[in-house]
Amino acid sequence: MFQRLFQWLDERLGLTSIHDVVLDRKVPKVNWWFTLGSASLFLFLLQGVTGIFLTVYYVPSPDHAYDSVQYIMNEVRFGWLIRGIHHWGATLMVLVVFIHMLRTFFYAAYKYPRELTWLSGVVLLLATLGMGFTGYLLPWNQRAYWATTVGTEIPGTIPLIGPFVTSVLRGGADLSALTLARFFAVHIWFLPAVIAATIGLHLYLVIRLGISHIPDEND
Amino acid sequence: MPNSPKMTRRQFVTVIGAGLSAIMGTIVGLPAIGYLLSPALEKQKGESWIPLGALEKYPLNQPTLFTFTRAKKHGWEKTVTSYGVFVLRTSETQVRVFSNVCTHLSCRVNWKEEVQEYVCPCHDGHFAIDGAIVSGPQPRPLDEYQTKIEDGNLFIFLKEA
Ligand code: HEM
Ligand code: FES
Repeated sequence: MFQRLFQWLDERLGLTSIHDVVLDRKVPKVNWWFTLGSASLFLFLLQGVTGIFLTVYYVPSPDHAYDSVQYIMNEVRFGWLIRGIHHWGATLMVLVVFIHMLRTFFYAAYKYPRELTWLSGVVLLLATLGMGFTGYLLPWNQRAYWATTVGTEIPGTIPLIGPFVTSVLRGGADLSALTLARFFAVHIWFLPAVIAATIGLHLYLVIRLGISHIPDEND
Repeated sequence: MPNSPKMTRRQFVTVIGAGLSAIMGTIVGLPAIGYLLSPALEKQKGESWIPLGALEKYPLNQPTLFTFTRAKKHGWEKTVTSYGVFVLRTSETQVRVFSNVCTHLSCRVNWKEEVQEYVCPCHDGHFAIDGAIVSGPQPRPLDEYQTKIEDGNLFIFLKEA
């Protein structure tokens, strides 16, 4: 019965061939460092799920952001857990993505024909850091406020266009409700969309080109 | 690793993988349900006697609207809810107090002097002076509050849902 159902679906959806292409790939002899890309993917999904849950109670307005976070932490059942996972997962994701980059760098996995995998990886790293930067403001506490004041001031030192960049980031000359709202939008819509699409490209390339082997004396 | 007769390496990894996923799914999934339901599970029990002032200021046999507000905490915000009650003094010492919330779908009823009925503007529900149903879609008479009189002052017992 179950077999028949599976066969029916498989014939139409091509589940077996998806499985064969995506999971049943030939890989060279690898080590634990090669798990970090999958770990990055897992953390991205985990951040996505916990982030969606946080938006149930979080309000991106200067009047309510801080209080809504306090509410999540102190009153919502398991709010501390959901926020805790999102909070520590964010730091962990930056770390894991970075070490994943180091591993591909030290194993020279960025060389022909994997240049585009590396370049899409660069986009992923920058977008991941962008997630950290925009997410940091959202609790709207003292640390968030001043970190963003400083963080948006830094591009202000670029010659000529600096002040303009700062006011684009802030949505005006000062940190305000507009800053919070646009950081929120970038944090939950723009960057996740960029990351999701780029992960698609990145993994397509990984599957298409196969994993590189660990460099040996012949390389 | 020598081949085990009981299980291949691949089966072992599949089982462990599925097991770990199930455990992690439960650890995150069950709290997530509680997280979503949280506000609905909160019991906000507010029971109190609300003072409506001296009984004698209410005219005899004429429903008089008394309004008051109660502040309630909803999440991170205090929300002020208004209440309206009709005080119907039936004798020197006797009084009945009705909620102005229509028992149909919670619009607020008004006392219409001309027809001597409470009329709901939403679906034309009519209630008699004692709260009984006259006509309309409402399933039950107007809700009535428990009252007490202390030193000539009227109180009603308010239970907040
Ligand atoms: C959200 C962030 C990222 C995710 C989800 C991700 C995911 C993955 C996965 C699943 C693999 C398969 C092999 C492995 O796991 O080691 C991989 C390979 C690779 N990644 Fe990433 N990655 C991310 C960021 C980066 C960054 C920042 C770089 C470098 C700038 C990078 C460069 C590469 C390269 C060159 C490969 C090919 C490795 C090979 O063929 O041996 N990735 N990535
Ligand atoms: S709500 Fe009053 S008649 Fe429908």
